[in-house]
Amino acid sequence: MATLVAFPVLVLALMLQTAVISRINLLYGSADLILVILAAWALQERVTTAWQWALVGGVLVAFVSGLPWFVPLAGYLLIVGMARLLQRRVWQAPLLAMFAVSFTGTLMLHILSIFSLRLLGDPLPVGDSFSLITLPSILLNLLLAIPVYAGMRDLAGWLYPAEVEA
Amino acid sequence: MKKNFPRSLQTIVIALLAIGVVALALGGYLTSLSNLVNQTIVGAQTWVSTRYLAVIDFLTVPRDVASLRQRNAELEAEVARLQTQVIGLQQQVTETQILSALVDFARASPENTYKAATVIGRDPSPFLRYVILNIGSNDGIRRGMPVVTDQGLVGRVDAVTADAARVQLITDPASAVNVSLQNSKTEAMLVGSITGNLSLDMISQDVTVQPGDVVLTSGLGGGYPPNLLVGQVVSVRKLDYELFQQAAVQPIVNYDQIQFVLIITNFKPVDIAPLIPTAAP
Repeated sequence: MATLVAFPVLVLALMLQTAVISRINLLYGSADLILVILAAWALQERVTTAWQWALVGGVLVAFVSGLPWFVPLAGYLLIVGMARLLQRRVWQAPLLAMFAVSFTGTLMLHILSIFSLRLLGDPLPVGDSFSLITLPSILLNLLLAIPVYAGMRDLAGWLYPAEVEA
Repeated sequence: MKKNFPRSLQTIVIALLAIGVVALALGGYLTSLSNLVNQTIVGAQTWVSTRYLAVIDFLTVPRDVASLRQRNAELEAEVARLQTQVIGLQQQVTETQILSALVDFARASPENTYKAATVIGRDPSPFLRYVILNIGSNDGIRRGMPVVTDQGLVGRVDAVTADAARVQLITDPASAVNVSLQNSKTEAMLVGSITGNLSLDMISQDVTVQPGDVVLTSGLGGGYPPNLLVGQVVSVRKLDYELFQQAAVQPIVNYDQIQFVLIITNFKPVDIAPLIPTAAP
């Protein structure tokens, strides 16, 4: 059930991303709703389908984006892995973990994007890419982190109801 | 008989009195008296009527407030609906104007066949400058087809699905378009950047390039048809120790605001990759 819910949630998020969020720029960066959703989902304590969600999100973004297909897929899987690792360690401060995953996740995905594109022949200047795209994108993702985390917590509570003690 | 006589007399007296009063009135002798009576009666009537209406108002005001509030809410809802309608119509007018300009452009270049499309999204990655269109291979769109607006060149179809297509804008960092400078009669390569700025590269040092020069596609390389407007040179950078000079180009199209585009469907891009010599093994 939770894996099936990934499809409507992530398709809707991708539609929002391409139609709205990608047009809202800070300098030349933009937020990544899919990344933030996957991070928030993976940080929920009772969630067991984070890897499946990362796979679905990665495939969807790879299908739509002009990036090499393995970049979003590998990037989102790495982010979910990092979130699961952090979730076990800093479970008492979920928002802190959310900020940490959003920050490092954006950084990782952008590093992966820049070097993959450069390898494939795109003349992306690394310094300008970091200052004009990556840093503003990190800030936008951090702004998105709190509302998305709250939304995903509610969704997790609905899909994984807490067990009532007898 | 005794009883009837005084009554007859009374009647006669009353009749005479009435005739007398009428005669006095007709003679104008009772005007001041009748005016006084009339004023008194009208004043009293006015007072009674005003008080009555005041009492009625007092009794019915609460009901009126409720009905007025309801009416106000209905009118506010109507105003909101009409405002929404006005915004929708303004949007339609804007779209019609853009489409009309596209139709004019298509008529001005009858050698090409066009397919109009709406921009429905942008690439999720901020490193790439691609847009997503709402038509695909079901409408005859193929990879490599040039995309334009009524103002000039937009880019090239990069990927196609049945009902959508992805277009690489000429501002994308990986985009390279062979162009010619109309005034200088020279060829150059137009490249994009992560900031969306366009620049010209590979301009020979012997050529004089000036701000204001119009940039058109040259058709070389087979990727784009010739003579599509791209922009204007805004500044030139010429250094003696470099092989080529460079120039910044002001694009004619606002790539952040594109809503509708035309795809040139009768242009077949030429793949020159097999002609490019490769290093011998």
